[in-house]
Amino acid sequence: MIYLSLFLSFFQIGLFSFGGGYAALPLIEQELIHVQEWISYQQFIDILTLSEMTPGPIAINAATFSGNQIAGIFGGIVATIGVTLPSVIIVQIMAYFYFKYQNLTVVQGIIQGLRPAVVALIASAGVTIFMTAMFGHSEWPVNIADINFVSIVFFAAALFLMRKYKASPIQVILITGVAGGIVYSFL
Amino acid sequence: MEKKELYTTLFRSTFFLSMFTFGGGYVIVPLMEKKFVNELGWIDEDEMLNLIALGQSAPGPIAVNTSILIGYRMAGVPGAMVTVLGTILPPLGIMTVLAYIYMAVRDNVLVNNVLLGMQAGVAAIIVNVVYNMAMRIIKQKKIIPVLVMIAALIAGIIFQVNILWLLLVSALIGLATTLFNLKKKTDGEGPK
Repeated sequence: MIYLSLFLSFFQIGLFSFGGGYAALPLIEQELIHVQEWISYQQFIDILTLSEMTPGPIAINAATFSGNQIAGIFGGIVATIGVTLPSVIIVQIMAYFYFKYQNLTVVQGIIQGLRPAVVALIASAGVTIFMTAMFGHSEWPVNIADINFVSIVFFAAALFLMRKYKASPIQVILITGVAGGIVYSFL
Repeated sequence: MEKKELYTTLFRSTFFLSMFTFGGGYVIVPLMEKKFVNELGWIDEDEMLNLIALGQSAPGPIAVNTSILIGYRMAGVPGAMVTVLGTILPPLGIMTVLAYIYMAVRDNVLVNNVLLGMQAGVAAIIVNVVYNMAMRIIKQKKIIPVLVMIAALIAGIIFQVNILWLLLVSALIGLATTLFNLKKKTDGEGPK
């Protein structure tokens, strides 16, 4: 049943994303693109783009949006509950012990250990996103002739705006969106 | 304070923060701090910082985690239910509507061009996020985290190892390091 698999997939995504919305990206990629084959790389980037553009926690936005795309309104609700439920259970258990003992050294030590791996995992999702933005797909090997030069220019400009002028993600998305609407329409 | 009023304020605060804050958890959490520490004065600064650290340690979206902690702190399990609903209902509504608009207009040429432009922007955002996070790990100047990062990168990208295995192994390394450090500390402090 689609709702059950949707719930389980997003429960898993919520359960194993340590470090906020970006940490959910590699899990969303693995689960929704590779294991379940529910969405394409293009849809994956669109989900991320729209989740960044809208208010609210990014992981929740992504869950509601992909759930809706995969199985309609009820799918969106199921995915959102799935991604939230692990937090509801685990955070309250942690809170209980925290208020009782005021000490979570071991738990926080484990999380410290996870952090470098999480960075690497986000980097690996980043490679997928980068390849899709530059070549239109993410399958190896890529044909260098497929490269989108406009995309390279936009990418470099966006990186420059963020590093040099501290542009926020939403500003970057809006600017590249307007630029894309103009440049690609007249090309 | 009356119970009903407490729940109403918890719900309204988390709902509005989630409804109107762009930029995800890292922007929402500082605003929660401002709301509950400075404006309402319900939680003191030090405790709030501990709650935020705790929220970042747990799996899941950090804005959701922090809202659960605030609700739990103020009114136990029912409080946590109220704040988590306040946090997830706005995105649930907004993204559902947006999903239908997206499906209706995705094939429009102009929409496609705009999204194509945005793809490059999003790629740059992710590269920037990864760079900042990786630099934070490297600047600690500890050998184990850097090795774990490189090993996970190779295992994840080249060998396509399942993410859950990577997380499990690095959690065990974190556990071992913590226990080792704790032991070293107690040995150092204890009588000779």
